Amino acid sequence: MLDNVWLIPLFPLIGFLINGLFGKKIKNEAVIGGIGTLMIFLSFLVSCGILMQLVGMPPEQRVFEKVMFPWIHAGSFKADMAFLVDPLSAVMLMVVTGVGSLIHLYSIGYMHGEEGFYRFFAYLNLFCMSMLLLVLGANMLVMFIGWEGVGLCSYLLIGYYFEKKSAGDAAKKAFVMNRVGDFGFLLGLFVLFWWFGSNHNIWTINFVEIKAASHLLPYGGVVTLATLCFFVGATGKSAQIPLFTWLPDAMEGPTPVSALIHAATMVTAGVYMIARMSFVFIKAPETMMVVAVVGALTAIFAATIGTAQNDIKRVLAYSTVSQLGFMFLAMGVGAFGAGIFHLMTHAFFKACLFLGSGSVIHAMHHALHKGHLHDDAQDMRNMGGLRKALPITFITFLVSTIAIAGIPGFSGFFSKDEILWQAFANPYHGSLNILLWGIGCIAACFTAFYMFRLVFMTFFGECRINPKVKEYLHESPLVITIPLMVLGFLAFVGGFIGMPKLLGMLPNYFEHWLDPVFELANEYGKQYAHSGAHHSHALEFGLMAFSVVVALIGISIAYTMYMANKSLPEKFTSAFPGLYKVVYNKWYVDEIYDFLFVNPCKSFGNLLWKGFDVVIVDGVVNGTAKLVMAFSAGLKGLQSGYVHNYAMGMAIGVVTIIAVYVFR
Amino acid sequence: MVSLNFYLVLSAILFAIGTIGVLTRRNAIVIFMCVELMLNAVNLTFIAFSKYLGNLDGQIFVFFVMTVAAAEAAVGLALMIAYFKNRESIDVEDMNLMKW
Repeated sequence: MLDNVWLIPLFPLIGFLINGLFGKKIKNEAVIGGIGTLMIFLSFLVSCGILMQLVGMPPEQRVFEKVMFPWIHAGSFKADMAFLVDPLSAVMLMVVTGVGSLIHLYSIGYMHGEEGFYRFFAYLNLFCMSMLLLVLGANMLVMFIGWEGVGLCSYLLIGYYFEKKSAGDAAKKAFVMNRVGDFGFLLGLFVLFWWFGSNHNIWTINFVEIKAASHLLPYGGVVTLATLCFFVGATGKSAQIPLFTWLPDAMEGPTPVSALIHAATMVTAGVYMIARMSFVFIKAPETMMVVAVVGALTAIFAATIGTAQNDIKRVLAYSTVSQLGFMFLAMGVGAFGAGIFHLMTHAFFKACLFLGSGSVIHAMHHALHKGHLHDDAQDMRNMGGLRKALPITFITFLVSTIAIAGIPGFSGFFSKDEILWQAFANPYHGSLNILLWGIGCIAACFTAFYMFRLVFMTFFGECRINPKVKEYLHESPLVITIPLMVLGFLAFVGGFIGMPKLLGMLPNYFEHWLDPVFELANEYGKQYAHSGAHHSHALEFGLMAFSVVVALIGISIAYTMYMANKSLPEKFTSAFPGLYKVVYNKWYVDEIYDFLFVNPCKSFGNLLWKGFDVVIVDGVVNGTAKLVMAFSAGLKGLQSGYVHNYAMGMAIGVVTIIAVYVFR
Repeated sequence: MVSLNFYLVLSAILFAIGTIGVLTRRNAIVIFMCVELMLNAVNLTFIAFSKYLGNLDGQIFVFFVMTVAAAEAAVGLALMIAYFKNRESIDVEDMNLMKW
């Protein structure tokens, strides 16, 4: 089975080619959607097979490299088209293909009747292929193809409704910000490649080879430089401070895209990349600190913005940014396993939340359309009381919300709590730990608050939709609700495979599974870890209870404000109008960026256009032409139009030439 | 026996007359006849050299030149008729459109 790993990215590629080339002719939505879904489902089956085989092997042998063909061989530089299967990529494969299949299935229902139905499925399959390439790449270059490919697909899918200006702008914004990050990725790659090559004559970009040679890397210094570059790449792809503003705008795309790309898979690529190179990152204590701090700040920052948004998808978008912040926090404190665990549980509950919101929007849109109303179908102020009309959506949504809020027993609790515990107890950051943990806890409180605010505003209370169209609200078809139910179920139980030892009911399968991947990183980390930091079980229990209490506080605030006492939000905003305005306007980050980067770039571009291009470049070209014209205007007189004048000229010329020849 | 020089001088004189005619006359037919005169001056040179050198190549060239001259006469006269039908004149002073 391992030998057939190449089938995994191949299936979506086939789907992309079929739908992309012939989709317009096929026309039949069932066939197009069926092909797209089947292809990614086949990848899922192969991934399952590979996982099974890995499970059957002894842990230290669970690394397999499959070289498809030599790609670039130039001097001592060598890059093969090769795939790497290890426990880490197996987890990612399961998430990408599993969640991907469900979202494909969902899209058949959600995109029904859209004009570019075939285009949507072609892009979706192309995205899956790129993402699988990214996950499976055995060297940084293959990973980089996937890295760029997912960026491209993200651009194409955000701009799916390209006739809308806002969608086109959002797509461009996402692409440009991702490019900034990609530049960092490439620089990091160059630094690492150059350092190994020039110092140890190891010219490699292969992960396995780098891992084998990683003991040669110094602590700090050049490694800090390389890892910081890589981290810039990660912030672009995973929407962290300072490159996070594209993700909320990316909600212009269709909802399944938001679920697949901007929640479950692509945005986690940065986290995956750091995990893949954990043994390099851990050698740069400064970078680890930067990662942790940036992650924590993003988590709290995005969470605060999420509390004041009214667009259902935007709340979820900021929630995604915030949760990605948690994952980076985990990476930064050396809890790679916990970060990947949160990545997985987040993929389940956030995909479910996004798809659920899609189902709500679908129903709202349908109802408003029937009533010929032009109210915003995504604005939560128009919703309310939808639990009766959309029972299945409501239940799955509620389960996922409880999961993300961190209520014990649900998946999000286990992963988030593990991260918070590691932030507190990790041996790397000294006194900074308390701060990281504190910020994480506050962010968790905000998370619980804004998520329950969303649920209360959408599903509870009285229905605020125009009464005329109330009767048209109905539950989505099965093709939409089945993925919701599966994801909701996973959001509930997905955490049990990574249950902390402390609770003792089940061994922590997930962490043991990833141990071989992160063993080396932990080994390196011991060099500068503060020893003796031993924490008692009582403390761990206490912190766990504390994080639950924090979540409950968030929920109860949301309940008081949006269920029990509905005038409170009004009072609150009028009591702190300045604060509300700043948060509502997302801390004016977009405006600051416009001021700092976008507008200077534009004016510089205008300068180049009106100054350099028009005056100098056009001046040179037109000047040359004008010079020739002035010269010809003088010569023009010679051309009289009379044949015998020309003949005379010819004769004189001939005579002159002969004279020169004869009398020389 | 007339020496080669006489032939060459005669030929040069004929050629010069033809050239001056082409350059100075205004009637297109006359110009045309002058061109024929220049061609025939050249033919004379060819024949003279052919005889002087005892080589037939020059005479063969003359046949070619005559063929070309005949073809040229046919095309040229046709052009002139076409032009005359349009302009009622074959004066080259009237042909002044060949300029910018």
